[in-house]
Amino acid sequence: MARWPPDARVDALSIYAKAADRFAGKVLEVSDAKLDPWMVVEPAAIVEVCGFLKDDPATAMDCLSNQSGVDYRDRIEVVYHLFSYRHRHSAILKVKLPRDNPSVPTLEELWKSANWMEREIFDLLGVNFEHHSDLRRLLMPEDWPGYPLRKDFVEPLEYHGISTTRESPIIRLDAKKK
Amino acid sequence: MSTLKTEEMTLNMGPQHPSTHGVLRFVIKADGEVMREAIPDVGYLHRSIEKIAEKVGYHGFMPYTDRVDYVCAMFTNQGWGMASEKLGGIEVPRRGEYCRVIAAEFNRIASHLLSVGTMAMDIGANTPFTHAIREREMINDLIEELCGARLTFNYMRIGGVGWDLPPGWREKALAYLDHLDPILDEYNSLISFNKIYIERLIHVGVISAEDAINYNLVGPNLRASGVKWDIRRDIPYSVYPELDFEVPVGSGEFGTLGDSMDRYMVRIREMKESVKILCQALKQIPDGAVLAKVPRNFRPPAGECQVRVESARGDMGWYAVSDGTGYPWRVHVRTGSFAAMGIVQKLSRGLMIADLVALIASLDVIAPEIDR
Amino acid sequence: MPLLNTLPDYVLTTKTDELINWMRKSSIWYMLFGLACCAIELMHTGGPRADLDRFGAAPRASARQSDLMIVAGTLTLKMALRTRLLFDQMPDPKYAISMGSCASCGGLFQLAYSVCDGVDKILPVDVYVPGCPPRPEALTEGLLKLQEKMMTERWLSKEPGNGSVAA
Repeated sequence: MARWPPDARVDALSIYAKAADRFAGKVLEVSDAKLDPWMVVEPAAIVEVCGFLKDDPATAMDCLSNQSGVDYRDRIEVVYHLFSYRHRHSAILKVKLPRDNPSVPTLEELWKSANWMEREIFDLLGVNFEHHSDLRRLLMPEDWPGYPLRKDFVEPLEYHGISTTRESPIIRLDAKKK
Repeated sequence: MSTLKTEEMTLNMGPQHPSTHGVLRFVIKADGEVMREAIPDVGYLHRSIEKIAEKVGYHGFMPYTDRVDYVCAMFTNQGWGMASEKLGGIEVPRRGEYCRVIAAEFNRIASHLLSVGTMAMDIGANTPFTHAIREREMINDLIEELCGARLTFNYMRIGGVGWDLPPGWREKALAYLDHLDPILDEYNSLISFNKIYIERLIHVGVISAEDAINYNLVGPNLRASGVKWDIRRDIPYSVYPELDFEVPVGSGEFGTLGDSMDRYMVRIREMKESVKILCQALKQIPDGAVLAKVPRNFRPPAGECQVRVESARGDMGWYAVSDGTGYPWRVHVRTGSFAAMGIVQKLSRGLMIADLVALIASLDVIAPEIDR
Repeated sequence: MPLLNTLPDYVLTTKTDELINWMRKSSIWYMLFGLACCAIELMHTGGPRADLDRFGAAPRASARQSDLMIVAGTLTLKMALRTRLLFDQMPDPKYAISMGSCASCGGLFQLAYSVCDGVDKILPVDVYVPGCPPRPEALTEGLLKLQEKMMTERWLSKEPGNGSVAA
């Protein structure tokens, strides 16, 4: 059964409380979700907050375990899953960005694993990561139009002369009767 | 020889190459045989699996998870099953959990056999590959009897597994494990202590423990750098707390701690540990149902969760967001190979081109995990 | 055919085309073009149990040295351009087997935005092998079907349309 250690939730909430105390205006919200609670941080302050979580010996988040982008229809969120090998606790941070020009500073200086994960989010969702050393498309071809994981993405009909649809060879008998 | 004019070459180790790790491309800037840098270019197998999840629903996504990592497909199945169960609050029956562990550990052995065999083949030794494929075929036979497929299993379901162990399967599996144990020692005498093999792999691609954690390396890559971390032991899930096994860690006995030889030896030792786990699980398996009752239109409440599964290539993080309907809003997989590719550019400075092949093989990257 | 097999002890009589085709079909060298899951089954087919080498088929790494391209796995749009380049690099007469359902029609990835639905959009395919992934026995059957197809080719007549299946 997928169960974190039983006190994981309490650990995460106490970490968020500590960060909210320290960065009063910048931690916008602490959620009370039952499964994996998270903390919403102002985009401009993400490097500061993450730096504190990494360097403080009580939290010691030495690993950025996962970074994903999610497109809710009115905003784009970037979700950071931090983990500490020393203390075996984790924290989840989120930033909420507008859909028109989503932009957030990069975390590459703190954790090198952010390099490729941010490139992937840029490629698939169009989020700009400021001061990233090498922000270019990772998975899609360089001349691909659009950002595929967005909810309003429309697939192009062809790419370099290859059409992207395939007619089904099944002959529908009820269509013939019309 | 100061009158020799030399310049840097830019070579293309293209998406099609005889190394068997899938379609990866490297742009190599080399000064003769020694590389300045190897820049990876991925995305040639990007099959948009994460977007398809939003179209096919929770149950329908299970076959797609096989294709995220087809060499160890049981773990991806288990990861998606666990994520959906955590979202929906479903408990898997104990026999179902044991079936999952048995299938997963067989798959771990099969994946490591393939990884070790192709690593030897990339270095130039063709015989261990044939031996590895022979053992893998026998595991494929066992799993085919269990779930019908040889490679992309689709064996696990949300809430358990698809089918119970067939009658007589336990005895066949135990007989196979008796046969496999001495074969693993035979591999050691065949290739692991071979002088040429050792000389090719020691001191190549040394990763320190701090670098490994900073770049988010996981699995055997992390353990080879000396960090004793295994999700099955440290954030335990399923029935692993009831099973007794060691976590092998790299020791630098052949060369430096964290070099390619360490990564190889960790995989060989993990196979032996998996055999131990399997013997225990096959003897301890309780009776009962294998699948919990999950409605056909499964609608977990709105929320999000993350689970981590220790797959053969490391810890896979499955992040799933649900919006209350029968279709997930977002699924994201962070795999071990994705993280390992991030460190290749840094490690390749100063290596020779042939060492790059050995490095990629030792990190055990596989293209679908990177591209999904 | 009054001339065939009249002196069976020491003279072999056959048609020139059959002799040439028999020699060609017994030595098909395939290019290792494994893209995805079917690549693992391709490796297993070349492995010890279902052996492709007994048909004379040896794996080659380079396109210039092979005459069969087994497209094993999903073809993405990013890879499609390179696939066409590799097929053009193969010398004539060349063949292509589309292995698996992803290469034949897109398979279960037809819902994807980045997948080319079928390799026959970019190159002419001789044999389609269904399966996901096809068993080694299925791929062996595909190779045998290709051998049957090769036996029907004509080399001596100069009419266009007969001869190899190049381009």
